Amino acid sequence: MTESLGIIKNLHFARNDRPIFSGVNFRVRRGKITAVLGPSGTGKTTLLKLLTGQLRADQGDISLFGASVGSLGREALFRMRARIGMLFQSGALFTDMSVYENVAFPLRVHTDLPESMIRDLVLIKLEAVGLRGARYLMPSELSGGMTRRVALARAIALDPELLLYDEPFVGQDPISMGVLVQLIQKLNQVLGLTSVIVSHDISETLAIADYAYVLAGGRVIAEGTPEALQHSDQADVRQFVAGLPDGPVPFHYPALDFAEDLLAQGGAHA
Amino acid sequence: MPNRRWVEVAVGGFMLIGLIALLFLAFKVSGLSFDQRSQGFVVEAYFRDIGGLKPRAKVTLAGVVVGRVQRIELDEEWFEAKVTLQLEDGLEGKLSRDTAAAIQTAGLLGDNYISLSPGSDEALLMSGDTLWETQSALILEQLINQFIGNSARE
Amino acid sequence: MLDWLAHLGRLGLTLIAALGRSGVFLFQSLNGWPRSSEALRLWVYQLYSVGVLSLLIILVSGLFIGMVLGLQGYTILVDFGAEQALGQMVALTLTRELAPVVAALLFAGRAGSALTAEIGLMKATEQLSSMEMIGVDPLRRIVAPRLLAGLVALPLLSLVFAMVGVLGGWLVGVDWLGVDPGAFWSNMQASVSFRGDVVNGLIKSIVFAWVVTWIAVFQGYDLVPTSEGISRATTRTVVYSSLAVLGLDFVLTALMFSNLS
Repeated sequence: MTESLGIIKNLHFARNDRPIFSGVNFRVRRGKITAVLGPSGTGKTTLLKLLTGQLRADQGDISLFGASVGSLGREALFRMRARIGMLFQSGALFTDMSVYENVAFPLRVHTDLPESMIRDLVLIKLEAVGLRGARYLMPSELSGGMTRRVALARAIALDPELLLYDEPFVGQDPISMGVLVQLIQKLNQVLGLTSVIVSHDISETLAIADYAYVLAGGRVIAEGTPEALQHSDQADVRQFVAGLPDGPVPFHYPALDFAEDLLAQGGAHA
Repeated sequence: MPNRRWVEVAVGGFMLIGLIALLFLAFKVSGLSFDQRSQGFVVEAYFRDIGGLKPRAKVTLAGVVVGRVQRIELDEEWFEAKVTLQLEDGLEGKLSRDTAAAIQTAGLLGDNYISLSPGSDEALLMSGDTLWETQSALILEQLINQFIGNSARE
Repeated sequence: MLDWLAHLGRLGLTLIAALGRSGVFLFQSLNGWPRSSEALRLWVYQLYSVGVLSLLIILVSGLFIGMVLGLQGYTILVDFGAEQALGQMVALTLTRELAPVVAALLFAGRAGSALTAEIGLMKATEQLSSMEMIGVDPLRRIVAPRLLAGLVALPLLSLVFAMVGVLGGWLVGVDWLGVDPGAFWSNMQASVSFRGDVVNGLIKSIVFAWVVTWIAVFQGYDLVPTSEGISRATTRTVVYSSLAVLGLDFVLTALMFSNLS
């Protein structure tokens, strides 16, 4: 059993009285890629926000780097987050800064390095994502895939210990998808990072993950290595992993019986 | 974002305009002046009744504004109003000693002001002198009362 | 009936909660605002986008409002033969009321809505979250410079507004309609007091600056991060700020000018 970097125990969380998590247990393994899978709307992003203290849990323990996230003050949280890199779904580059300044931002904020060293570091990070030549562009001039790669360079600017990916593959063409998958894998190996990937792109995620959780209906319905999940005979896991349209997660939104609905004339439309 | 130099210059200019506006409002609009102490050509005049005369009211000579009322106090010996006038420096030593000061009203309902009329004395008016020929404010209500009283008697 | 009462109660609670949130928000933004050269640079940038970019609309509206005051004032005063008092009327109206209030309303429309939309867009595109994840407090980095810039910009703008307005009144009254320039200025100077009118007007506009900027940045920070949410929050900024400015203006006027002789 590998060492844990972060642990979530018996997590309960509700937003506007709507429960999102009821009793989730989750573990981030040091040096590994942990994947969180699940259909849209199951609160995967919320899980990341809870893990980093952007949201507070209603109940349960969350600990990261050995500290209880729930009990940290604002200052301590910001200090802790300097050890975490996060790649957002949209990239979330600062639109009023160039690519170079975006990557340099964490360095300028957290270090007192001279400008020449910042320049070297930024160029190294940009080189790692293959965008050293794009450093003078503004975020509005980048394609979706490039935006995400710049964001990745920014996320690793401070050499974090933990890297979180929020839906890194959404809306990417096959080429940039392949590039990203490779990058994530390579970064994890080369830098010795710990990664958490939240995604619903099953095949890409499972291809690089070491361990995966499947979330549905506010709880973990399955966990295990990718192989174990792919060969699971649990009906709901099979539906999700194989991408079947109907199954335990119904295709239809709850409604009246179809025939009855068609025959019920004069009601809603009159 | 426009470049840094331009932003700094623009913001500096903006603050300067704000400052100019403040100075404009202070000096041009509300007529604030630093020299509130007796300075320049200052004379005093005693009136039995100043009516609605206020500090900063104008002082005219032949209809031309030549100064302002600087201060109004009560003279506690004679119970008269002691009015300090500040006149244009250039007039010092040009008006005669027996110049008269009268409190007038601009229009029927307008503000009170002081009107000077030169006399014929050989001696000249200097700063710190006192005007002896004064005429108090005409108070409309008193006039009306007098008029009604007179006509009732007849 | 009971339903209606419950609804009203919930509405009240939501309102109080929002007020509390905005108070905490204000405190956290201003608490520990770093006094570094970096902070100064951010503040200057915001002063540019909030102040300098609003200057044109303030200049133009100030000029026109002064001209209208000159024209309307003249036609009324000339009936009483008191057109000499035009300068006094224009200057008092502007310094006491119109400059702080109209500048604040224009500021809410021009700069306040832009602040809300800008911060809202940063929230919608996860820039605020990502800043938080980098370990930078967006309240200090994004909100505080904007708040302080608005606080400085609006009083300056309303001073400029008053100046340009007086000049506009002068243009129409003296230059065009032929009021005597000496009487125009001297009547003005005789009746406008620096402490009583100019400084009180400035105090009003400082209060308005607080309220308008606070509402604008809070609406931006607190909005639902969708395009619909942004447009609604922008509208709310303008509506709430305008109502707050007009309501506060009455309160402040009552406090400042009711005991003037």
